[in-house]
Amino acid sequence: MNPFEYSPALESTAIVEIAERYNLFIDGKFVTPKSGKYFPTINPANEKVLAKIADANATDVDLAVGAARAAYSKVWSKMPAAERGKYLFRIARILQERAREFAVLETLDNGKPIRESRDTDIPLAAAHFFYHAGWADKLQYAGVGIQPRPYGVVGQIIPWNFPMLMLAWKVAPALATGNTVVLKPAETTSLTALLFAEVCQQAELPNGVVNIVTGAGVTGADIVNHPGIDKIAFTGSTEVGKLIATSIAGTKKSATLELGGKAANIIFEDAAIDEAVEGIVNGIFFNQGHVCCAGSRLLIQENIHDEVIEKLKVRMAHIRLGNPLDKNTDIGAINSAAQLAKIRELVTAGGAEGAEQWSAPCEIPGEGFWFAPTIFTGVSQTHRIAREEIFGPVLSVLTFRTPQEAVEKANNTPYGLSAGVWSEKGSKILWTASRLRAGVIWANTFNKFDPASPFGGYKESGWGREGGRHGLTAYLKASN
Amino acid sequence: MIAVPANRIDVLKTYKLFIGGAFPRSESGRVYSIKDSKGNHLANPSLASRKDLRDAVVAARGAFAGWSAATAYNRGQILYRMAELLEGRSAQLVAELMALEGSTKKLATDQVKESVDLLVWYAGWSDKISTIAGSTNPVSGPYYNFSTPEPIGVVAIFADAKPSLLNFVGAVAGVCVSGNTAVVIAAEPFPLPAITFAEIMATSDLPAGVINVLTGSSSELAPWTASHMDIDAIDASGLTPKQLKEAQIAGAANLKRIRVHTDAKTPERILNYMETKTVWHPIGI
Repeated sequence: MNPFEYSPALESTAIVEIAERYNLFIDGKFVTPKSGKYFPTINPANEKVLAKIADANATDVDLAVGAARAAYSKVWSKMPAAERGKYLFRIARILQERAREFAVLETLDNGKPIRESRDTDIPLAAAHFFYHAGWADKLQYAGVGIQPRPYGVVGQIIPWNFPMLMLAWKVAPALATGNTVVLKPAETTSLTALLFAEVCQQAELPNGVVNIVTGAGVTGADIVNHPGIDKIAFTGSTEVGKLIATSIAGTKKSATLELGGKAANIIFEDAAIDEAVEGIVNGIFFNQGHVCCAGSRLLIQENIHDEVIEKLKVRMAHIRLGNPLDKNTDIGAINSAAQLAKIRELVTAGGAEGAEQWSAPCEIPGEGFWFAPTIFTGVSQTHRIAREEIFGPVLSVLTFRTPQEAVEKANNTPYGLSAGVWSEKGSKILWTASRLRAGVIWANTFNKFDPASPFGGYKESGWGREGGRHGLTAYLKASN
Repeated sequence: MIAVPANRIDVLKTYKLFIGGAFPRSESGRVYSIKDSKGNHLANPSLASRKDLRDAVVAARGAFAGWSAATAYNRGQILYRMAELLEGRSAQLVAELMALEGSTKKLATDQVKESVDLLVWYAGWSDKISTIAGSTNPVSGPYYNFSTPEPIGVVAIFADAKPSLLNFVGAVAGVCVSGNTAVVIAAEPFPLPAITFAEIMATSDLPAGVINVLTGSSSELAPWTASHMDIDAIDASGLTPKQLKEAQIAGAANLKRIRVHTDAKTPERILNYMETKTVWHPIGI
């Protein structure tokens, strides 16, 4: 036996109680959907049904918007700001108290490794509430006039890749600024949002301030098109983002959109190669590559290409793919069969267009949705795998000779969410960072997030920022 | 001895477009007739076409790298220079505004003065906007993290109508002081002050292509502008609600930032055409 073999280290699921069926959370109560319909949510690591989730229709959305409107005008907008903030502090504290429960539930429903849900998603979600709680009574200092006003009722639609973290990114600033919320989690990952509803109850958050309606894209469209919604906040694909932009044309609704990306991760010849290899792995394989800001286009300076690829393959051979509940797991399950099919389609296209595929030699479990960490070398800028967001553990490798060429290739995309730069030379990093048309630049690091740090993209990666003062102002109307 | 004939004929100006630092006619050969507030013919400015718009966007995109990389101090001085020249051209602009807007000499003069002061106000923002809108962010980890606003790229401006010079100057200065380049579609009934102002820009050390001015029909040019994939944002202040809605629908193709302003003098005119960039770097030894 290999002396470095790991024994299984499974996180217990005893801490989580999953109900057979979940209803909608409207006006502080769990209510049966007027649609009368439910749909199953599964554990993508074994394809077993975890629970049935209510499928909200237009009437349900209307009730949720009505509850949010009443809560806004009667309670939330009239409450002293400091008191509003105290509810957010309460929520942050309860999230910390119940962090492990949330982490396990997230991993069960999403398929991400427990190490990530436990150490990244849930602590960051709590941190977002704590950060924004402190803003609630300081809005006059946010740089949008001395009497900034909330929009009113905000419709929020979030994706399946970071379900609880995206909820926090949306709900915390909306509430801190005095808005009320109708939130729709993604249909494959509703469970932590519904557990969050329980947190709202425990925090005694006034009824109707947060409403959670579950369902698929149709439910999302019902929210976007509801006349009682004042603002939309959406995280998801650029395709749907454009549909939302079209839907709200000519209305008074404003929107914050966090959309897709195809980030370049640039490795200069003077980079610390071993650190860069860790950064490459984190950049593309974190969360199975289900990350809008993933470093999915690796740009390596030509003279170090072979050395980097060799080291990267050695490192990738040590990535542990498997049971997301195992504390040693690096790569968990792909979130859904549909996403797996999309990854496979693009990987097939990569081979067909002439790029060379290499996948880490790892055992794929018999049940569930999985994809081995994969790189393509010899990728050209016209290949689909260099242009389209794969949203999976698949890295496309290109080369460059000069810094100018690196910047040109990095910017050759309609997206502009994030980028990485690796060099030990400070002036080169700043030169490159200032020329990259992307909203977040990670220099000698990758995939770092913080509530105090604005996040969001240029070009077709979206509108506005989330996090920090900049993200806060997306929920405030300026006063003059 | 200077002897001017009593019946001397005025030398009139041909009002042309301003693209890439030059003053071409519309490639279409089209013009439209502009009358003064009493209905007398004043001029035949160019009726810009879709192709003129395309040429103007090419010029603006070409100028972006240089203008956005110019120092803020330099950009501020060029805007200030425009204010100096605007002050010197006051008489001509007053005459145009009186004729076109039907305003009294006092009102027209005040509008020009206010436009000069507005340019000076925007010029001063060039090296302060990043201080106001940027930040270092106290992230929970060993990282230095800062956010800074950057110009968004090429902005199309549908300038609002009366007071047409003030609106034109406010829109252009706000968009360009941060390093953006612009294609401005002058308010349809008021093209003359816009082109006269272009003559000021042409002689203010403003690099060619940074600001391009088209005259013509907003309703004709708005759809082409909204669907143009190399325009990053639109100041739609001069569009009607119906045109705005159509522009928002077409603009969704590349998720254009489409804004409407009511005030000529506000930092929002600068910040609405900037993107926040956040940079992380580890701290360590």
